[in-house]
This record gives sequence, C-alpha cells and structure tokens, in this order.
Amino acid sequence: MGNVPTTVKHCLSYEQLIEDYPWLRRWLQEDKEIVPTGVKIQLIDMLSGTGLSVIEVTSFVSSKWVPQMADHTDVLRGIQKASNVQYPVLTPNLQGFQDAVAAGATEVAVFGSASETFSKKNINCSVDESMLRFEEVINAAKKRQIPVRGYVSCALGCPHEGHIEPSKVAEVAKRLYEMGCYEISLGDTIGIGTPGSMLKMLQRVMKDVPINALAVHCHDTYGQALPNILTALQMGVSVVDSAVAGLGGCPYAQGSSGNVSTEDVLYMLHGMGIETGVNIAKVIEAGSFICSALSRKTNSKVAQARSTACCDESL
Amino acid sequence: MMAQVHSSCFASPDDNRVTRVSYVVTYITNSFHFQTLVPTEAKIKLINMLSDSGLSVIEATSFVSPKWVPQVNISPPPLLTHPAKGSTETAWILFVTADRFLSSKCQMADQVEVMKGISRKPGVTYQVLTPNLQGFQAAVKAGAPEVAIFGAASELFSKKNINCSVDESLQRFDEVMKAAKEAGVPVRGYVSCVVGCPYEGKVAPEKVAHVAKRLYSMGCYEISLGDTIGVGTPGSMAQMLEAVTKEVPVSALAVHCHDTYGQALANILVALQMGISVVDSSVAGLGGCPYAQGASGNVSTEDVVYMLHGLGIETGVDLSKLMDAGAFICRTLNRKTSSKVAQAACKL
Repeated sequence: MGNVPTTVKHCLSYEQLIEDYPWLRRWLQEDKEIVPTGVKIQLIDMLSGTGLSVIEVTSFVSSKWVPQMADHTDVLRGIQKASNVQYPVLTPNLQGFQDAVAAGATEVAVFGSASETFSKKNINCSVDESMLRFEEVINAAKKRQIPVRGYVSCALGCPHEGHIEPSKVAEVAKRLYEMGCYEISLGDTIGIGTPGSMLKMLQRVMKDVPINALAVHCHDTYGQALPNILTALQMGVSVVDSAVAGLGGCPYAQGSSGNVSTEDVLYMLHGMGIETGVNIAKVIEAGSFICSALSRKTNSKVAQARSTACCDESL
Repeated sequence: MMAQVHSSCFASPDDNRVTRVSYVVTYITNSFHFQTLVPTEAKIKLINMLSDSGLSVIEATSFVSPKWVPQVNISPPPLLTHPAKGSTETAWILFVTADRFLSSKCQMADQVEVMKGISRKPGVTYQVLTPNLQGFQAAVKAGAPEVAIFGAASELFSKKNINCSVDESLQRFDEVMKAAKEAGVPVRGYVSCVVGCPYEGKVAPEKVAHVAKRLYSMGCYEISLGDTIGVGTPGSMAQMLEAVTKEVPVSALAVHCHDTYGQALANILVALQMGISVVDSSVAGLGGCPYAQGASGNVSTEDVVYMLHGLGIETGVDLSKLMDAGAFICRTLNRKTSSKVAQAACKL
C-alpha cells in the first residue's frame, strides 16, 4: 500500500476529461424538448474556455428520427473553436460522416454495443452489422486523416440482457481498436457497475486493448460513478468522460440520474493531486448557465454545495 | 506546475484487504424534524425494520439535555454503535441526538421510550451518544448497552462547537470513561473534521491521529473518523488514514463520510482498500449538511451496501429490506430519498 508503479504515476500525471454531449441527445430523446441552437452554442463556447481539451458537440443522426439534433450542422458551424480543444461529433453511419465533414468536423465518434439485444433495440441491427457500418466510417475517416473515437455501451450491464461478460466487451473494444479507433470509451450505460465489476471488465479488456487507448464513461444511476472512475484510474486509465452539471437522465429509468457531473469528477481528480488543466469554477459557471437555460436543477453535488456558499473555499 | 499525486490513493484495486465488513453502521437522521415530528411509534418501527434488514449497528437517539440551547447550528456527530468485535452480539444501535436544535420547551421525553420500545434483535447493537456524565447515567438507566463520546480534530471547531479546546473536551470525557469502565459499558469514540473544517479549512492528518490516539488510549474500543463537511477526496482521505493507522490499529477504525461534494463512496472505497472494515452511513441518506443549507450531507446506507455487495464484500444486509426501511421513513417524513439506488430501483 502506497507504492505506486511508475507507469501508473506517469499515466496519472495528466488526466484528460472528455465532455460528453450525447447526454443532451439522450436527455432530449427522453424529454422530446428542443433546445435552442443558440443555447447549445453558448454552452459549448463557455466550456471551450474552461481548459477542457475535448468537447463532444453534436450528433449527425437523421433529423427525421431525432429532431432534437436537427441543428447539428448549425451548432458545429456556430461554435467558436478554440485551438487547443477537439470537437468530436457522433457519426453513426457513412451518411452522417459525410454530413459531418461537410460541416467542418475534424474528429468523429462511432457507438458500438457489448450487448446484442441493446444493439438491436437501439440501432436496429446486430453488433456485427453495426461494426460493418462503422468500418465504412472509419475507412472514410482514414482517407481524410480524421481521427475516430469508439464507444462501447453496456460495458458493465445491459437493461435487457442484464450481466454482460467482460470477454464480450473486450471483443467489441478490440474490433473497434483494430479497425482504427484511436481510443475506446467503455460505457456503463445504465450505471449499474461497481468497483468490483469495473475491475473485472478492465482487467479483461486490457488484455486486448492497450490501457492508454482506453477511457471510461460512467453513469451515476446507482451513485457508483466516482468509485468506478477511481477504480479505473487505479488501473491506469487516464481519460474520463463526464457531462457538465451531470445533466442527462438515464433513458431506461425515468427520473433517475444518469451522467456523472464533470464538476464532481474534477473535484475528485484535483483532490487526488491529478493535473487536469481544467478550471472547475468555470465549469460550474457553464453548468449554472445550462441549468438555468433548461430550467433544470444541477445534478452536481459540488455545484450544489458551492451555490449554497458552503464552508469549503479550497476550490 | 504539476501538483503532487497522492500515491496512497492509487493502490491497485486488487489490493482490497476487506472481504467482510465487520458491520455497516446506519444512523437515523438527527434532524430536528425527525426528532420532533416523527411519532415515537414510527421511530420504533424504523429501528425495528433496520434491525430486520441485517444491519448490525443502528444509531438510535441521544441523551443530551433537552434544555441545551445550541450555540452553533450544527448537527452532533451521529452515534454509531458496533457490536463488540468477536462477541456473539453483533448489533448495536446508536442514537444520535438532534437535541442541539431543541429549546427548553421541546420535549425529548421519547428518548427513553424509544430505547425501551424497540424489539432488540439479538446481534444488533444500540448505541447512545453521551456528551457528559449525566447523559451517560440516563442512557445506562434506559438500558443502553453502549455509549459514544466525540472529539474534534480542529481546535476552532471545538471552540465554536462546545466552547473549549480539543484537549479540554477530551478531559471532560474522562469521567464518562471512568463510569463506563466501572459499569462495563463499551464506549465508541468519534472524531469530527478529519479532512476539513468549516472554520480552519484543511486539517493536518497528524492532528487527527493525535485525537484518535487519545480516544483509543482512554478506552474507546473503536474510533469513527468523520468527514464532517464532506470535503474529503480519495487523496486527503488516504493521507489522513496513513497518519491515523500509525497510531491506532486499523481494526479499531471506522469511517464516517459525508456526501456534500459527492465524494463519499470514493472515499469509503479508499478506506476499504486501506483495511478499514466499519462504515458509517444514514438510511436514505437523510440529513443535510448543517453548513450548507440545501446541500446533501450523509451518504446513504443503500448506496454503500450496493457498492460493498458489488465488491463481493459480505455485509449480512438484505438490500431490499433496507430499501423498504428507507422508503418507510421517507414517506413518514414526506421527504425524497437521497439514495440513488433507491431512486433507480423504484423507476426500473
């Protein structure tokens, strides 16, 4: 206890936080509300000034199926891109990729699943079929030298299948990595994971994908996100996905919490002495803006404590 | 410039030395509303439901004079009782008082009634907070099999809270310890502000170790280390525990983490990795932070148990019965649960 392997120290000298925008997609899918394009742009611009190095902006899905994302081109063109920030967009298929490139995208993401049932119910095809679609996207992206990030959903459990074998997660992660994704984000889609299942899953995935190509995307539905992220950090993961103000519910549990809030993750990372380069006060400000614009209460406990002028001034 | 990475919070997660928690302590919110608006029968029913869920230590009430007017609007540390390690009795119930919120007109007459009214399950321990000799005598008279005393790791907190220095406060407990020894009543020690103080800010780990060591040397069988304002992180928690475990055996330590900044479960995980096997919590996570109106405070027992079970740690607790108890008290108080597990489960 207390002896930290050198490799872990090096990995953890800098922690990268990915601001996850698909929260808005999922939340909007749940609530059917259209958020004004100007509000989306203003939020992203505020986040660009916080020190976050990756902000996922929008999703190039069919506006027929997801009207809330119909303004994807306007959002991507409307934001003020900071030079030291990446702005990936979700591109589920070749059409979406082409639209994204036309709109100026310089990084894209594809979204696979470790659960067959989830894949069929969510995107109406099997995992294998989805991989073929992603391969088209990745190949097209390679030609344009556009990096692609891969997501694996249901990494710690599926709302339909229940337990998901770590070997299945590893299989999907490996396929995405070998196809050319530079990084694979492992998502606990329904937040059901605990440090126990996170450990087992990562141990298995790390056999097939290098640790420095892995990220975690933990949901907080059962309050386990921060201990799960801590476990991932202890395993050597150095990229964490989160959402400002923790907005974005779990679409499988009406009213339950979903995304882990960036503010709470930052508080933990900074408390552990990990350099993130992110200004937590500015993130809290951005969170306050979007909550006010959406008439929503923040899910961030740090933001709640700060807004009530709690005792701690160490932020 | 890179901040120093606190290496001790980066133990390999395989390095989990705990396979079975000695007990999970749950305390019932010591809020004014609970103490005054919840009928005695409901308090008794809640404690009995918690006993049935398998919890071995439940905090029940506190024997502080109802005439005591608070100088500072803070909640007293929850009392947690543990069953004596190795004994066949495994549960204690600890009562924490919200007496500080009470004026002289407020009656806490049901303290004794509650203690006498609960169906004490064999193996469940009931503990009572006794800040002075008078409180101790009243607790023993009511049948409390275990009591608790507390000390702060912060001088300013001690002065503002009980108007004396930390050392002076520990001296006051001498007479309680003597009486407890004579009566053969076990005493649990509690240290507040172990990683941060609302007045002093950061608290030196060495100071926490000093207070914990004093309480242990005085005869407390266990010391619960409380992050009173929830500012701790795995970094500060690990640093503090490293200092304390040099002075007090890890088997005599417990953690009492607040969730004001959402860090409680991560902090508890680090404590488990360092060998701590007793965790304090609050059913339904009720009980806000007294220093930040509206902010969250206690970590919910349901969320703690969910994590422990996910780690393969035996707790002896039936999570669904525990959730029933949480749902019951929330209905009674007309409050929403703070437990995310409870919120998720009732929607899925």
